[in-house]
Amino acid sequence: MTKKVEPVAVAKDKTLHRYLSKPARVREDRRFVTGNGRFVADLTPSGTMHIGLVTSPYPHARIVAINVEQALKLPGVVAVLTGAELAKATEPLRQYIDVPEVQWRPLAVESTRYAGEWVAAVVADSRALAEDGAELVVVDYEPLPFVMDPERAAQDDAPLVHPSHGTNVMVKREFVWGDVAANRARAHATTKVRTRWNRNSTVPLETFGVVADWDQHRSVLDIWASIQMPQFPEQIAGALRIPTNQVRVHFDVDVGGSYGVKRGIKHGVLAGFLARQLGVPIKLIEDRSENMHGGDFHGPDRIFEVELAYTADGEFTNIRIDVLDDEGAYPGRSPLQLAKPIGAIVGPYRIPSAEYNAIAVTTNKTGQVAVRGFGQSPTNYAIEAAVDAVARELGMDRMELRRKNFIQPDEFPYKIPSGTEYDSGDYPGVLDKAIEIANLPELLRECETIRAEGRLAGIGVATCLEPGGGNAIFENIMDPSTDKSTFPESCRIRVDGGGAVTAIVSISSAGQAHETMVATLVGEELGIDPDRVAVVRADSLSGFPSQSPVGSRMAIVLGRALHGAASELKSKMCAIGARALDLTPDEVAYCDGSVASVKDPSVSIGWDDLVGIAHRKQHLMPPGMQPGLEVMHVAHTPKSGTLTAPDGTVQLYPCFSFEVHVVLADIDPSTGKVDLKRYFIAHDCGTVINPDVVRGMVYGGTAHGIGVALYEQFAFNDDGQPLTQSFMDYLLPSAHEVPVIVDAEHCTPSPYTTHGQKGVGEAGYMGAPAAIAGAVNDALTACGAEPIHSLPIKPSDIWRALNARTPNQEGSS
Amino acid sequence: MGSNHEVHIEVNGELRTCTTEARTSLADFLRDQLGLTGTHLGCEHGVCGACTVLLNGTPIRSCIMLAAQADGQSVTTIEGLSGPDGELNGVQEAFCKTHALQCGFCTPGMVLAVQALVDNVPEPTQQDIDDAIGGNICRCTGYVQIREAIELVLGDVAKVRTSDDATVGAR
Repeated sequence: MTKKVEPVAVAKDKTLHRYLSKPARVREDRRFVTGNGRFVADLTPSGTMHIGLVTSPYPHARIVAINVEQALKLPGVVAVLTGAELAKATEPLRQYIDVPEVQWRPLAVESTRYAGEWVAAVVADSRALAEDGAELVVVDYEPLPFVMDPERAAQDDAPLVHPSHGTNVMVKREFVWGDVAANRARAHATTKVRTRWNRNSTVPLETFGVVADWDQHRSVLDIWASIQMPQFPEQIAGALRIPTNQVRVHFDVDVGGSYGVKRGIKHGVLAGFLARQLGVPIKLIEDRSENMHGGDFHGPDRIFEVELAYTADGEFTNIRIDVLDDEGAYPGRSPLQLAKPIGAIVGPYRIPSAEYNAIAVTTNKTGQVAVRGFGQSPTNYAIEAAVDAVARELGMDRMELRRKNFIQPDEFPYKIPSGTEYDSGDYPGVLDKAIEIANLPELLRECETIRAEGRLAGIGVATCLEPGGGNAIFENIMDPSTDKSTFPESCRIRVDGGGAVTAIVSISSAGQAHETMVATLVGEELGIDPDRVAVVRADSLSGFPSQSPVGSRMAIVLGRALHGAASELKSKMCAIGARALDLTPDEVAYCDGSVASVKDPSVSIGWDDLVGIAHRKQHLMPPGMQPGLEVMHVAHTPKSGTLTAPDGTVQLYPCFSFEVHVVLADIDPSTGKVDLKRYFIAHDCGTVINPDVVRGMVYGGTAHGIGVALYEQFAFNDDGQPLTQSFMDYLLPSAHEVPVIVDAEHCTPSPYTTHGQKGVGEAGYMGAPAAIAGAVNDALTACGAEPIHSLPIKPSDIWRALNARTPNQEGSS
Repeated sequence: MGSNHEVHIEVNGELRTCTTEARTSLADFLRDQLGLTGTHLGCEHGVCGACTVLLNGTPIRSCIMLAAQADGQSVTTIEGLSGPDGELNGVQEAFCKTHALQCGFCTPGMVLAVQALVDNVPEPTQQDIDDAIGGNICRCTGYVQIREAIELVLGDVAKVRTSDDATVGAR
């Protein structure tokens, strides 16, 4: 199947790193294994009141009346807030596309637009009493026509989710890049595959929570929230009509998983409003059902048609991707998830032209929000399904077809038709590594053995990109009137009077080990042991510009800020040291905490003396220098700062990680149950900062992708009612479903980052759904059944596919 | 709201006497009345396992057990595993060594589930291991490094057994 090739791109400078890529403990772990994490639910300031929510039982209904009398009579209930009351005193929540008639608010106003939408909030002494009170609120509804199917929603005569907007189509963008006509003419054939990525989400184990406390004498609204959200403080302030410097979001809260979804603007606005209104701390902790249906935390819900044009020998010449995305009732930030895949629209393949037609519609479902990869994984799945279909058409080996079309290592930086430049990669090398760790000949034998035993078996392969280093440009792509092009990260490095180093960031984290990352990078930059670097989190008022850890960007963008701050700090130390050594600053260099003469390194001044001068000895400091050793640096995202060109070309994210999945599925033909027998990944995210963190991300994203491929779906019935109300019906993979995953790391450094690092936060998830679907379809097609192009692939889908075979087809197995 | 009950529960080796509402779950009791917030609530309907505590040494879901039902029994929470000065026990140490966690939300329940395996199953098979953690959902790790932690701690337990028959586990 392949020839053995030595990896070509092992980082030559890897050995030069003192702390990066070396096995090291993750400093966050200790507090969690002892139960000392500090999650929002753990915080209950004195006098806290709790919110219980009244939710809509209808997918679309006019709110005729709300009777709160009985609820207010319940001892312990202090207030009931309706949507109409809240709307009078607040602004609607932000939309990221130009749809002024689409008004998204924490509590529904006039009508509800999905089952589970919040209608009223009850405030009481305890959460239990607030829930009791919520049951006593009586809402009179008048059901309205509703629409659940996105294709139906896109039709002119469909029931309207937001009638005054006049259509359910929220955004429609069409792009053509490259000489499509010529490339189509060059093709021998085309293959079209319609794929369905059904509605799922990341469903973190911690639901969303927020505590808000208004200090009227200091004019500050303190917020502790389980967020992963850019511009959270600004949006809370905007909705509450208070100045941005009156909202203080505390980032030293542990977030119990997010993977993109923990946005919680509406939760924050509701709690913030009530805290100001009632003058007491307000706590809102979703229960699981609220999280799954009222939180507006659903993910992409897409129908794709991918058409690949190719020559007789399997060279891809053009790709067309049509996508229809069901945003649910309130689009918010989710239409932007249709823009991100533009930056990887041809996957890892050398395809000279591309067409992309993206439509977002509203339906009467829960609102959609950012999910791990921001639309990339569904797109990867759709592309890979088409690639597999071409392989079947041509009778070509799936790996060889991919290899034939890979962008080659010597072609980087490589500009794809949509205008984005891929930074670096070694796609054939990573594929070879996957083949090697999978022991492919052995895997093929195992597959044949299972088939010979009368079961179904198939091997899946996916070769997928993870764009990293998120920037803001998708706002401009989806709404050209938006010209935002800045998406910075920042940090402060402080060497205090005692010589200790502290790095200060202003982000919250949801398991990405940022404290370890920051300490490791600061240690590397300054040549000091990372264990000596304290990492603390400033709040949003005392901190610095940050966009939060989205888009696999912290290693890249925060890494750049850390490098900037460390460089400035070292320059300052060099200036101090040069003066002390009676040399000029360009005659000295910083090395491992000392400043020494370049000519004669034995002439040097050490850390303690440099610190002493900077903090206590003005007479020895260079004239004009600020005392202390304190540096703050704000960094742009690499390769950002441009807008979409008039021809629709655009530079999206700067860095491109790559992963190859090889998976063996064993399927019981009598039940349709899929068992993933073997799982191998070769993965390349450039220079690894902490090996255990990186492989953890790869495994975890893969497990998440297993859920998407086989188990997870937010399903609705024809009445618009959610069928997945609990973890009994929304199935998260357990240790029984996730096999041993074998990961091998490859390293192709990025030229655009401080140490060659790329993004990893979405790893595994980028390729797992595609690979698992490929394995199931390999099993199905091998026994004469049609492939399944809808996720999750349920046992019933497999059973149906097998039973749809004609007797003749069955004979071919 | 129902009646109030006086309960006597041994929590992490200390007898606690409290009055609690009949409807209060053991998890809410531990978190809200005793301030033991290491016990986490993920689903509140007995599926995810984040609220796992040990009841007389056996892992149970504290979200679907009432505090009143634990009257007269012994409960171990995650706070009860570390030593008096915060020293990690064997399972906790293994979780740190292999980075068997990310966000840390499922971790207390997962650590206790593994602790029960170590304490109660002399020579666990792979199936025993899967069963021990199969009721605890982790959304971050894909379980690979959790399995490594279990192997590590079981290896250590085996070493302890060969060197000193009297000690099992590193509680």
